[in-house]
This record gives sequence, C-alpha cells and structure tokens, in this order.
Amino acid sequence: MNLSFFDQFSSPSILGIPLILISMAFPALLIPSMGNRWVTNRLSTVQLWIINLITKQLMTPLNKEGHKWALVLTSLMIFLLLTNLLGLLPYTFTPTTQLSMNLALAFPLWFATLLTGLRNQPSKSLGHLLPEGTPTPLIPALIMIETTSLLIRPLALGVRLTANLTAGHLLIQLISTATVSMYSTMPAISLLALLTLFLLTILELAVAMIQAYVFVLLLSLYLQENI
Amino acid sequence: GLLWERPLMEVRLGELHAWISTCSFSPQGLLGAVQKAWSSYCAKYIHVRQGGPAGISMLLAGYCLLSYGWNYQHFKRHRWRKYH
Repeated sequence: MNLSFFDQFSSPSILGIPLILISMAFPALLIPSMGNRWVTNRLSTVQLWIINLITKQLMTPLNKEGHKWALVLTSLMIFLLLTNLLGLLPYTFTPTTQLSMNLALAFPLWFATLLTGLRNQPSKSLGHLLPEGTPTPLIPALIMIETTSLLIRPLALGVRLTANLTAGHLLIQLISTATVSMYSTMPAISLLALLTLFLLTILELAVAMIQAYVFVLLLSLYLQENI
Repeated sequence: GLLWERPLMEVRLGELHAWISTCSFSPQGLLGAVQKAWSSYCAKYIHVRQGGPAGISMLLAGYCLLSYGWNYQHFKRHRWRKYH
C-alpha cells in the first residue's frame, strides 16, 4: 500500500458513500435564503452585495439575449468560488481538483454557446474563424488554426482549473511536509519553510478566487461572440 | 407540555429514551426533523440582527470535522508511517 502525495486527490468514500457528494452540496448550505423579511441579516447582506457585484461585472458586456444566461453564470461563479475556497480548509476535499468534474462543467456550457451561435447567427459565428485583415495566402492555415483553437476551448477551461488547484494543493502539502520533518533537525530552515508556507497560502487563496472568475469570464466571452 | 411536543433541548436526560420512542423514523419524519433542526440553527445564529462570524464558522468547523472523520482510515495510516 503506497501512500503518495497524490492520495489527497482520490475521492474518499466511507461505507460506499463518496465524500465528493457532500463537498459539492455543502456550499449551498453556506448561502441561507431569507424568507419574507424586509431587512435581511448581515450574512445575507454581504452575500447579496457580492452576488450583485459579480452579476453586474459579468452581464454588462452582454446584450439583452445574453442576460438569459445570468442565472447560470452567476450560480456557476458562486459554486466555483465557494468550492475552491472550502478546499483550503484542513482535511477537506476539493471536488474541482477532479478533471472529470471540471470537464463536465466546461464542455456542456461551451457547447451551448457554440450551438447558440451556430443556430441564431451561423455566418457571423463562422466568421470568427478568420480575423479581419488577414493576408490572402494565410487564410487556409489560419482557418485551421482558429478551428483547432475553438475546439480545444472546453479542454483548456477544464484543465486550467484542475491544474491550478491541484498544483496549489500539492505545493502546500510538500512544503508543510518539509516544514514538519525539518523541525527537529534544522529549525532555521524549518522557519524559512514556514514563511514560504504562509505566503503560499495567501497565493492559494488568491488563485482559488481568480480561477473561478477566469472560468466564468471566459465562458461569458465565448457567449458574447456567439449571441 | 406533553413529552413529544417539547423540543429536544428541553427534554431531560432521564426522559430521552421516552422522547426518542415518540419520534417517527419514516423518511418524511426524518426529513422533517432535519429541516426543523436546520431552520432552528439558522434562526438562532444566522437570521439575527447583529450576527457575527460565529454562525458560519460553526458550519465550517463542522464540515472540517466531518471531512476528518470521513478520511480517518487514511490519516490513521499516515500517522504510523515511518517515512512520509
């Protein structure tokens, strides 16, 4: 039985029930829904402020047709933000480190934007495959390149999120193992590693939030092109 | 009031056995109990005028404990390893 540093990413299950289900459902508990009060409590006020900020930021560049996507994009953003941040707590499991989940989020949404564009404005969507002002001899090559870049978008979206979070978690585990194991023999180096760990944790907090934002922003950009 | 109408916090330890025998363990009964517990937790710690970080911190701490318990078989062996 080999324990490696990658064991933190295997989905733990007890009595056959995987923890990933609870990890995915838990963020919903953190956003309490107010019933019929006129003045809400502090937590809901802060959360609503954040949600308003996110929605305005995402929906401003979109036209009226794109505003139909507000619920999908905002809820995806909140879900990714909370899931990434919850993964930084001790002993928790981050479902977004699993490529399967990220691809399952990225592929259908990207495909939906593509189909929307092809159905409603096919020539304009296909026109995106050739940037304006290209010299004529380059056109065939550029069309192939742009098609490849279009088809690789869902893979890029999924892998970007997975790789960023996985790398961050691995680094945290490596540096904390180094800190703990060097504590008895070389305390000075251990202190240096502890400082690095502190800075890394701040970086991971930022990365968790930024990656969620980038995922949803790219999806809204793909939507803008096609809607 | 009557034993089965009192909430759990007001039941004395000696009466706990009798109280449990009065609850329904059907799916609807369990779901209703979970919903009641959740809404009383929210009403006590979250839906207050001057709430603090306590309400949500308890939820996060409970989540960490749950994750630890779920992974216990793995951590147990991690402690016993000679080389990490």
